[in-house]
Amino acid sequence: MTEDRRVFDYLLRLADSDLVLAQRLGEWVGHGPVLEEDIALTNVGLDLLGQARLWFAYAGEVEARFAEAGRSEDALAFLRDSGEFRNLLLVEQPNGNYADTMARQFYFDVWHQLLLVKLAHSRDPRIAEIAVKAEKEVVYHAERSADWIIRLGDGTDESHARIQAAIDDLWMYTGEMFDPDEIDTPLAEEGIGCDLRALEPAWREAVGSVLDEATLTLPGGTWMQRGGKKGVHTEHLGHMLATMQWLPRTYRGAEW
Amino acid sequence: MYAQMVDTGANKLRALEDMGPEERAFQERVDADVKIEPKDWMPEAYRKTLIRQISQHAHSEIVGMLPEGNWITRAPSLKRKAILMAKVQDEAGHGLYLYAAAETLGVSRDQLVADLHAGKAKYSSIFNYPTLTWADIGAIGWLVDGAAIMNQIPLCRCSFGPYSRAMIRVCKEESFHQRQGFDIMMTLCRGSAEQKAMAQDALNRWWWPSLMMFGPPDAVSNDELRQRFVDQTVPQADYLGITMPDPELKWNAERGHYDFGPIDWDELYNVVKGNGPCNRDRLQTRVKAWEEGAWVREAALAYAEKRAARAQKAA
Repeated sequence: MTEDRRVFDYLLRLADSDLVLAQRLGEWVGHGPVLEEDIALTNVGLDLLGQARLWFAYAGEVEARFAEAGRSEDALAFLRDSGEFRNLLLVEQPNGNYADTMARQFYFDVWHQLLLVKLAHSRDPRIAEIAVKAEKEVVYHAERSADWIIRLGDGTDESHARIQAAIDDLWMYTGEMFDPDEIDTPLAEEGIGCDLRALEPAWREAVGSVLDEATLTLPGGTWMQRGGKKGVHTEHLGHMLATMQWLPRTYRGAEW
Repeated sequence: MYAQMVDTGANKLRALEDMGPEERAFQERVDADVKIEPKDWMPEAYRKTLIRQISQHAHSEIVGMLPEGNWITRAPSLKRKAILMAKVQDEAGHGLYLYAAAETLGVSRDQLVADLHAGKAKYSSIFNYPTLTWADIGAIGWLVDGAAIMNQIPLCRCSFGPYSRAMIRVCKEESFHQRQGFDIMMTLCRGSAEQKAMAQDALNRWWWPSLMMFGPPDAVSNDELRQRFVDQTVPQADYLGITMPDPELKWNAERGHYDFGPIDWDELYNVVKGNGPCNRDRLQTRVKAWEEGAWVREAALAYAEKRAARAQKAA
């Protein structure tokens, strides 16, 4: 695999996780537990959607270096099937109840911030530039989701039980975040990507300390689901894409 | 988005000399165009009317998030998805500061929301129509927001300070939304035959309900605003190359206005009564979101109380 192909695939991973999570957050709009949360969830969703668009735009440019032409952000978002999506399995999990949504967000945000801090020093100046911009937004996402974990964990008996269940249920999708493959490893060595394994201790520490404060227990399970980066997804992604992609696929070639 | 005009309550005209000193001071401030602020004395009827109108407006923003939110997951491009999310978020923001304006009058948001859920408070009937295609998102921005702006501009000058200030901000954002809606329509009308048909179909379904937003013809101002809306909108439809679903619509050179056909007021009264295509769904959706969120709100409250107690103990 050429370097450009690797970078292209790497950018899709970043873009797809942002897009898929933004799409999930978009499902909440109008249905949040309180108006302020509707606004906040939409804010986070809009940030992630904006970041996805930046990654897609660069991915299209990189693709043009090895393919006949680079695809547009919309071609990448709407005309790839689930097997070509490179997002983490975690972010495609359904919204569930508010605890499920917040646990998913929390696991992701902590990782996302750690990753972007590293990518801000990427030798690829475009990756560094996007990461710097995105990290400024993700700091707030991570603060907000940690606050909710603490509130729900140390709130009522019901909220405690719900958030613990969500934290436990989603745990098996967190391993993938620290699991480098034949794309991550060379890119990390070249200083373009980052060493995913090195993120894990910091992530565990940050997650553990928030869970402690929330009076919650860090799950002990060791079996981790994998496949997102290779395009082997859970059943949920196909349904999401069916909804998201239906219009541009039905009216092929149309401008919107 | 917007609430239907609410009548201003029983405002018996009285001479200044018949009023007590407080009421006279109030009336003189209103007459002098000085804003009434929450801590000022105000007549009870004025307070009640304001609470009803502002809360109805806030409810409309919140219920209005649903028909448009219906298309966030299906927006046909990433740019349109971002614009739509931001728009629906603006509506939540409008709802929030309108509820805050109502709360300055001594009523809680929870009480207002409870009245909405119990069917005691109204919201704008326009949101009881379904959004069936992507073009509906364009038509709502173009027509519904357009009509809302026309209705709301007078409210920017309303005598109650918090409402007036809220409306100035709302109107600014609404005109932005209207342009975005028109842009969707323009893109569709310049697109394929199928896309243009989609735009025409949306216009067919949203035109008459939009005209009804100005309220029944019993008030002169309703008809004046409606005429202004028709005069403004017909040339825009011409520009788009789509036509209003009204065979009687034509330019009247003598009046200098467009003549248009009769409005089916039975339809509006039916929708107001609860028989619109989406009345039941809209309210059930709001109630469901509120009920399913109860444990989240309780948890936040319980945590805040625990934290306050700990801080007190530590002090």
